Amino acid sequence: MPTQPLNGAEIILKALADQGVEVIFGYPGGAVLPIYDEIFKQNRLRHILVRHEQAAVHAAEGYARSTGKVGCVLVTSGPGATNAVTGLTDALMDSIPLVCLTGQVPTHLIGNDAFQEADTTGITRPCTKHNYLVKDVDSLARTIHEAFHVARSGRPGPVVIDLPKDVLVGRGEYVPAAKVRHKSYKPQVKGDIKLIETAVEMIAGAKKPILYGGGGIINAGPAASQLMTQFAHLTGFPVTLTLMGLGGVPGSDPQFLGMVGMHGTYEANLAMHDSDVMVCIGARFDDRVTGRINAFAPNAKKIHIDIDPSSINKNVAVDLAIVGDVAHVLEDMMKVWKARQYRPDERALRAWWAQIDKWRARECLRYEKTNKVIKPQYAIQRLYELTKDRDTYITTEVGQHQMWAAQFYKFEKPNRLMTSGGLGTMGYGLPAAMGVQVAHPDALVVDISGEASVMMNIQEMSTLCQYKLPVKVFILNNQYMGMVRQWQELLYNGRYSESYTAALPDFVKLAEAFGAVGLRAEKVGEVDEVIKEMMALDRTVIVDIRVDPAENCFPMIPSGAAHNEMLLGPEDEADKPISEDGMVLV
Amino acid sequence: MTVQTDAIKRHTIAVLVDNESGVLARVIGLFSGRGYNIESLTVAEVDPHENLSRITIVTSGTPMVIEQIKAQLRRLVPVHKVRDLTVEGPSVARELALVKVAGVGEKRVEALRIADIFRARVLDSTNESFVFEIVGSTEKLDAFINLMEPLGLVDVSRTGVAAIARGANPL
Repeated sequence: MPTQPLNGAEIILKALADQGVEVIFGYPGGAVLPIYDEIFKQNRLRHILVRHEQAAVHAAEGYARSTGKVGCVLVTSGPGATNAVTGLTDALMDSIPLVCLTGQVPTHLIGNDAFQEADTTGITRPCTKHNYLVKDVDSLARTIHEAFHVARSGRPGPVVIDLPKDVLVGRGEYVPAAKVRHKSYKPQVKGDIKLIETAVEMIAGAKKPILYGGGGIINAGPAASQLMTQFAHLTGFPVTLTLMGLGGVPGSDPQFLGMVGMHGTYEANLAMHDSDVMVCIGARFDDRVTGRINAFAPNAKKIHIDIDPSSINKNVAVDLAIVGDVAHVLEDMMKVWKARQYRPDERALRAWWAQIDKWRARECLRYEKTNKVIKPQYAIQRLYELTKDRDTYITTEVGQHQMWAAQFYKFEKPNRLMTSGGLGTMGYGLPAAMGVQVAHPDALVVDISGEASVMMNIQEMSTLCQYKLPVKVFILNNQYMGMVRQWQELLYNGRYSESYTAALPDFVKLAEAFGAVGLRAEKVGEVDEVIKEMMALDRTVIVDIRVDPAENCFPMIPSGAAHNEMLLGPEDEADKPISEDGMVLV
Repeated sequence: MTVQTDAIKRHTIAVLVDNESGVLARVIGLFSGRGYNIESLTVAEVDPHENLSRITIVTSGTPMVIEQIKAQLRRLVPVHKVRDLTVEGPSVARELALVKVAGVGEKRVEALRIADIFRARVLDSTNESFVFEIVGSTEKLDAFINLMEPLGLVDVSRTGVAAIARGANPL
């Protein structure tokens, strides 16, 4: 028996198996043919052939975020790798664990401007958590195991492994996935108990507290969401969540104030602004959350729990920072709370909730109830009502529909909302839904979409049909890039420059052309009907909901404004013109 | 209270990294990508057995920015240690410059005289030029180079700052 029985491609397949990878999203090409040949010879690893490499990465993101596992991608060199860049950046911004294998020209050709050569490690360095160029087949297995460790531990993120073709065909040694102990990479998981005790003391003394949770709660696993909910119930504190954190506490929980931020609820933003103790749990004080930074929660003592030390004091200076995994820290916080028999300040809390109830009474998500035209909010509300009893996974594209989905769809569990929060990638939702459906074949998976975003990766309808993935593409079709149009209305005196799509496809026929089912609703009365029909079909479906083209997404904190300067609806626009400073911001 | 408007201060940061391809690009890319300032940067292998290199970066920023820089550096996978030599105890810092001055007559004599005062060494000499080697703080080198300017300064090569903590402890 030879001592080095495996070639590089065989080592890769073995390493992926050792890492528990069941599905890989990819697209073949010259530089990765040896890997594709190994995939052909086996049945364990399932390969999903996408139609564009960007979609492969988004699909892997959907797979990863809905399961908590590492998503896996395989693309060829040059254009294969450059097409993956948007997806990688998206995964970096939203802390999604991915391992992306990219083909590369043989080592002796690197730097020669060879056919389909790109400096993949150079290009992807700023858009990955880490990347590798494997120059020697003997280091291949170790590199793959290390890549999975880096991708899934600490603050998760995408990792690229660039694989020159000679490494794929060369023979080398396989190293099993023994516990990787990395020399320098050791993220801190347990929080400092002294700091946790100080934090709990601050929390116990709070009179107007707010819990502000983010995507870290989802990334820390389902246990973190349960702990978050228990912590909220233990203290009786109001909770708000960021877009990435939705599902971190049940959307129907009475202590949940709704989403925070630019299109968050009035009560959540006002509670943030007026709070005296803010506990930020796995969130990062993003500009979409804070509004004008020097007016952000001016009277709050801020406690920040995050696994990534670089998130702390980045945008907002905090009073107490705890580095650690939110699940561990929340568990320790509750232990301290119980051991020291803390009680919340009931009287202060009653007054605080009375204030919050006044804000809630403004009904900031109210919209015009009409039978004349389908309001997009109504369509999502009906979608929620009709799907809430099934285990439903929602993905979104980017824009107004995304914010309406966040406002009107109540997420009861973590890992149920897949959306591009940080990068804001139009075209994310359809391929992400594909990845979710692959991971959860029997679940109802709906891509809440806009007609503009969906066009950015519409080619993946072909993939959905090939693998008989019954994803429902729920298009709120207003014929505009709605969020662009809304900003042009508010900031540019209604000069709708290039935000109207004059030649949209017939989405019903388009669905049929791909081999899917197309449905349409044009009247309010048809909405329920098409949702029920869509749900009854075990096939890929596009639903074209023709909604009010002029509807704007409210409430809204305009750029450069503070939480308490929110626009609640069209009637507010005239009273609160957007400042010149705000015009510069995005 | 949320936005700190503290003064901008210069910091010298020592970073111990794996000596692997691309590691310097990661550090430099971090600084350029996030808009941080690099005033000086030196890098060389310092531990061939452990395959470690040491990067010394002189940067400037508000306390919040400096804290960010250190946290971002620590986040890079091949980074082992990050130490802020400016705040973590006393340290010494030195820089070396090679300074070429061309001229004849009185200017040439004056250049040699100033070099003597600064304890610069002559590495190369022709009838109309000197190459001086000078070691010292950045400020000392700046002063010397400024004085050479009117005396026929033609070329300068500087190493950037190397720095180390005082006392017995390693980084």
